Amino acid sequence: MSKRTVEVELSTSGMDAQGRAQRVPLVTNDGGTALAIEPPPGIEPELEGEHMLINIGPQHPATHGVLRLVLELDGETVVRCIPHIGYLHCGFEKIGEYRQYNQIICWTDREDYLNSIGNNVAFALGAERLFGIEVTERCKVLRVIAAELSRIMSHLVWLGTFCIDIGAFTPFLWAFQRREEIYRLIEKWVGARLTTSATRVGGMAADIPVGWMDGLRQFTRTFPQTLDEIDRVLTKNAIWVGRTVGLGVMTPDEAVNWGLSGPMLRASGVDYDVRKDFPYMDYETYDFDVPVGTSGDVYDRYLVRFEEMRQSVRILNQAADRLPDGPINIDDPRVILPPKSKATSEMESMIHHFKVVMEGPRPPIGESYVAVESPKGEKGYYMVSDGTAKPVRWRIRPPSFVNLAAIPKMVEGHLLSDVIAINASIDIVMGEIDR
Amino acid sequence: MRTFEVVRTGLLASTGHPATQRDVPHRGGEANPSAKALQDKFGWAIERSEVVWGETVVFVEPASVKQVIHWLHDDPSQRYDFLSDVTAVEYRDAEVPIEVVWHLRSLPYRRFLRIKSQIAKGQPLEIDSVYDIYRSADWLERECYDMFGIRFRGHPDLRRILMWESYKEGFPLRKDFPLRGRFSRSEQLRQALAQNPEARYSMEELSIADAFAELPEDMRRRLDKGERTGE
Repeated sequence: MSKRTVEVELSTSGMDAQGRAQRVPLVTNDGGTALAIEPPPGIEPELEGEHMLINIGPQHPATHGVLRLVLELDGETVVRCIPHIGYLHCGFEKIGEYRQYNQIICWTDREDYLNSIGNNVAFALGAERLFGIEVTERCKVLRVIAAELSRIMSHLVWLGTFCIDIGAFTPFLWAFQRREEIYRLIEKWVGARLTTSATRVGGMAADIPVGWMDGLRQFTRTFPQTLDEIDRVLTKNAIWVGRTVGLGVMTPDEAVNWGLSGPMLRASGVDYDVRKDFPYMDYETYDFDVPVGTSGDVYDRYLVRFEEMRQSVRILNQAADRLPDGPINIDDPRVILPPKSKATSEMESMIHHFKVVMEGPRPPIGESYVAVESPKGEKGYYMVSDGTAKPVRWRIRPPSFVNLAAIPKMVEGHLLSDVIAINASIDIVMGEIDR
Repeated sequence: MRTFEVVRTGLLASTGHPATQRDVPHRGGEANPSAKALQDKFGWAIERSEVVWGETVVFVEPASVKQVIHWLHDDPSQRYDFLSDVTAVEYRDAEVPIEVVWHLRSLPYRRFLRIKSQIAKGQPLEIDSVYDIYRSADWLERECYDMFGIRFRGHPDLRRILMWESYKEGFPLRKDFPLRGRFSRSEQLRQALAQNPEARYSMEELSIADAFAELPEDMRRRLDKGERTGE
C-alpha cells in the first residue's frame, strides 16, 4: 500500500501548534510588547451560570438547506445541539409504492439533487437486480462515466459552499465554473441539467451524442488544473487550516458505530469504499485509489473529498478509453420498449409498447438491497416486490441522514463559529435527508 | 509542521479482490456463512433463512433479535460492526405480518446480512432497540417509528423525526394510510393555519434558556397542559 504524504506548514504567524489562531495583543506599549488589558471597572470579568438558546435555521444559508439546529451555548461554546429535520419531507417512499419501476427513476433525481444522475444509476442497479437483468458492457461504462461526473459535480458544490461558509469566496467561483461545464455535458447527453432521469431498467434513456467524448476528454484534461489552483489557495492557507484542523473529530471506532459512510468515514481512517469492498458496475477493473484520512477532523474530510475528485478524473479517463461499441439497452422485451419507428408502423410493436408503458414490467417476488458509493456515502435502495408492477416497499438508505445524526456528537464543546464549519464538512443535502 | 497521510489503496492494494456479482440467481446460491453460524448458535430463535438475489436473509423471532444482533456485533468470527439500515416492510396482503429489517455489514470480513423479524398480526408493534449496540440506530429507529409506528423498546428518545411532533394523522408508510393523507385538504389547511408560529421550541429546549416566562400567554397555557410543541 503506497502512501502519499501531504505536508502542511502550520508555522504561519498567528497560529499555535494545533493550528488554532493565537490571541493577538491589541494594545502595545512604546517598546512593542503587549499590555494586558484590564477590564473596565464595574464590568464583571465573566458572566456565569446563564446558558443561551440559539436557533440556527431552518432558513439560513450556512445550514445548506432547511436544517434547523437548536443550540445551547455557554458563552460561545456549544453545550448541546438538538437538530430538527423534516421540513422538506415529501413522502418519496410512499409515492414509490404507487409507481412503476421506470416511473420511480424521476423521483430519484429529486432526492439528492446534487447527484441526480448517480441516483438514477443506483436505482437502475437495484431494480435490475430485482428483475435479474445484466446490462450491456457499453451501458455499464456509460453509467460509470455518469456516476463519476456526478461525484465531481457534487464535490464541487460541497467545496464551493464550504469555502463560502469559512469565508473564502474565490474558490467558490472556480468550482461552480467547472461544475457548469459538467452540466453542459449532461445536458448534451440527456437533455436536462438537474433532473436527468438518465437511466431505465435495463439500459439508458439515451446514448451519448456524436462528439460528446471529445467534450469529456477536454474536461478531464483541464479540470485537474482547476483542482491544483484551488489546492494552492486553500490547502496550506493559514486561515483555512486554522478554521478546520481539530474540529469535529470522530475516531475510527466512533465513526463506524455512528454509521458514518463515504468521505466522512474515510476521513476517520476507516478504509471502506463500496466501490472497492462491494463492487458494482465492474469498479474492480478500474485503477483508482481510495484516499483515507488520519485524524477524522474537518480538515481531513476536505483532503479526502479533494483527492476523490482527482481519482474520479482517473476513472473517467479509463472509462473513456475503454468505452465499447454496441447497444446500450439489453435485448429483453419484458422491460425494453421497441424502437419508436417500429412502434408507429407495426401493430405488434405498438401493442408491445403499450403493454410495457401501461402495465409496466413485473419483477418476480423477491427483494434486493443495492448500495452504491454516492458522493455522500453509502446510498442504498432496498426494494421489495410482490410480483406486481409496483414495489411493495421502496426504501432509500440516505447517507446524509445517518451522517447528520452524528452532528450533536461532533459540535458539542466547539465554538459557535465552528458549528458552521462542521456542518459544512458533513456535506448534507436536505432533499435526501427528508425525502 | 504537521503531516497528513492520504493512504492510497490502488487496484490491487486491498486484500482479497471482491468482484462485481454476475448472473445472480433469484433463489439459492451461496449463503453468507453467518447464517449457518447463527443456526448453530441460536437454533431456537432462528425461524428460517434464505438467499434471495444473492443476499442472505435470516428470519429471527422478535423476542431474541437484540441478542442475535449483539452476538453478531461482538463475536470475533462475525464482527458486524456497521449497521446500514433499519426499516420495516408492510405487505399489501393484510394477512402477511409486518417485517422489521436490519441491514448489517461486516467491514472486516466484507459480508452483508439481512436480519428480518416478523411481528405477528394482532401483536403490539414493539421490538427491542439496537441503540445500545449501534449509535447509528438512533435516527433510523426514530424514522421507522415515525413512518410505521413501530415502538423500539429501550430507545432513549423515540419521537417523530420527519413529521412534526403534533402530527395526528397516523403513520404515513402504513398500507392503510391513504396516499393523500388521512385528513382532507381543508382540514390540513385549517390545522396549519391554527398553528402558533411562535411555538417553535419544546419544553426541553425552553428549559435551556429559562425562557418560559417570556413566552406568549397562550403558548404558556398550552405547555402547562402538557402539549409538546417542538417539531
